[in-house]
Amino acid sequence: MKNITETTQNKVNKAEKKTKFYNDNVFLSIKNLHVWFELRKWGFRHAGYVRAVDGVTFDLRKDETIAIVGESGCGKTSLMRTILRLNRPTKGEVVFEGTVINDLKAKGIKDYRSQVGYVQQDPYGAMPPFMNVQTILEEPLKINGVKDPDERVQRVIKVLEEVKMSPATEFLPKFPHQLSGGQQQRIVIARAMIMNPKLLVADEPVSMLDASVRVEILKLLRGLQKDHNLGVIYITHDLSTVRYFSERIFVMYAAQMIEKGNVDQIIKNPKHPYTFALLEGTSDPDANNASIQKEVPPGEPPSLVNPPEGCRFHPRCPKIIKGLCDIQMPPEFEPEAGHFVSCWLYK
Amino acid sequence: MAENKTVLKLNDLKLYFKTTGGIVQAVDKVNFELKTHQAVVIVGESGCGKSSMAKAVLRLLPRNVAEYSGEVFLNDTETMAMSDEEYRKKIRWVKMSLVPQAAMNSLNPVLRVGDQVSEPMMVHYNVSKEEALKQAIIMFQHVGVPIDFIHRYPFELSGGMRQRVALAMSLVTSPELVVLDEPTSALDVLTQANIFNLLKRFKAESATSFVLITHDIATSSELADRVAVMYAGQIVEVSDAHHFFKEPRHPYSAKLMASVPKLRGTSEPDFIIGQPPSLINPPTGCRFAARCPRKFARCSEEPPITIIGNDQVKCWLYA
Repeated sequence: MKNITETTQNKVNKAEKKTKFYNDNVFLSIKNLHVWFELRKWGFRHAGYVRAVDGVTFDLRKDETIAIVGESGCGKTSLMRTILRLNRPTKGEVVFEGTVINDLKAKGIKDYRSQVGYVQQDPYGAMPPFMNVQTILEEPLKINGVKDPDERVQRVIKVLEEVKMSPATEFLPKFPHQLSGGQQQRIVIARAMIMNPKLLVADEPVSMLDASVRVEILKLLRGLQKDHNLGVIYITHDLSTVRYFSERIFVMYAAQMIEKGNVDQIIKNPKHPYTFALLEGTSDPDANNASIQKEVPPGEPPSLVNPPEGCRFHPRCPKIIKGLCDIQMPPEFEPEAGHFVSCWLYK
Repeated sequence: MAENKTVLKLNDLKLYFKTTGGIVQAVDKVNFELKTHQAVVIVGESGCGKSSMAKAVLRLLPRNVAEYSGEVFLNDTETMAMSDEEYRKKIRWVKMSLVPQAAMNSLNPVLRVGDQVSEPMMVHYNVSKEEALKQAIIMFQHVGVPIDFIHRYPFELSGGMRQRVALAMSLVTSPELVVLDEPTSALDVLTQANIFNLLKRFKAESATSFVLITHDIATSSELADRVAVMYAGQIVEVSDAHHFFKEPRHPYSAKLMASVPKLRGTSEPDFIIGQPPSLINPPTGCRFAARCPRKFARCSEEPPITIIGNDQVKCWLYA
């Protein structure tokens, strides 16, 4: 057992060296992030923790889109909220351009948030129904001290044109309910973009939209990312859209990142049995699907209050190594360059 | 599988709603038929009238109906002429049942799931509660819910399990036709794959036919024998699945297929420019004309339904 931990330590060190190589371009790094929520019994007695994010580490480079993929309840949203500094991490750090954002005070948080855009899942729910488009888009400018009303309107019009809402002036007096779902989502994106952020966090930006509009919005996000050299974190459960709109994919399962790699590595050559199952479970339109039974791992994701010992996927895993997977948590291995997987199969 | 008889046939089915803005033509002269052992998938964008059609077929109508007409044949019996009471006793849940949209939230939160699944048996077949529970247990085994869940309440079950319970409830009376309204849209990928595995098995083992209503074209192919495409309250194409997923006929179907991102394969997805028309005052002529890349002069007239083999398409290109 000692031997194993030693070799894994070596590999971890190697991986660290590798990430240093990219360092000039990295502007957001998440280091061993834990976000635990306390459970209380009768309102005051401690009753354990929900480990929503449990040891997540990654770097985001400038001008790339990463996709975080996972099932509901795997901690994607908690991770995102911590990056937005809406949650405080229990342990670990979020470093943005050299600043640790964990302990920022009010002023610092405001500065930080003006550099980070957030695209919500449900566009209608994310906009105040009693404000029109102009007021919605001016709000961030007012908060961040743009005092000149003309300048504000100019910037609002510019950002509306950027999200391809033209003629922009026609949309200014409209209220959210007067817009279609796709248009609403464009306004939400415009609001996220108006402060010229460096990072855009999109939480399932298209899951509430129609199939025919989805691609349009994703292409828009992709275009903005290229034009402005943004870092984009795209959180989704839908693997089929990821391929066209991101550089790297991180797969999350039960609060941990189990596999990281670039798009081709993950989609064409998945390593972790869970990633494999996810890809297998995603259908392409093909009439032959109807005659094939899919292989689906049994059971459901574990509770995050009492996650299983060892690898968290082991109770469902078809390739379990008895005596190893159910005892020891797998560290990150790197079977091919830039492709990391937490699975004992690749030790 | 031998050619089978027709289970469901819709003739000029119409369902209009009264709203303050005017009359909404949610389902406008829909025609299609479904054979036993088959599954037809109805795809379309949101607001195109898919769910209204499910309601129209099962006669689960809201109060603001302006017009409900046409013919619904179930095994050659015309059901439109039946009174509501007769329909409830003879058809609904006996011959046809529904898995409603967001089925996971449609269970009664204050009843145990076992009681909910056994209720249709007690109501329609007058069996005792014990007998009905036994039937429910058999159904639970079929759909893969552990038997001891029978005494649990819906909130104690995960989304996938609740979906299975809703499915068990619709299948317990062994109906000839099950209408599934977006059965998996709120579920995770793996759960979704599981439910479809289950439906496929059911379809192979029993004589039940399925109508699957969905906006998700990729997963719809998991069950489809035939595909019906709905646009702005009308069915614009009904095709065999093997044909449809390779070369859809109607320009709208083609655009819709092109907008599906694919995991395997190389084509970039595309989107459809514009928005579907309002159903309050739909345009005369072809309703897709305004967004159609292959539009020509004749499209301002209402296109007829052209029959091609077993399939039908409502487009001037084929007339």
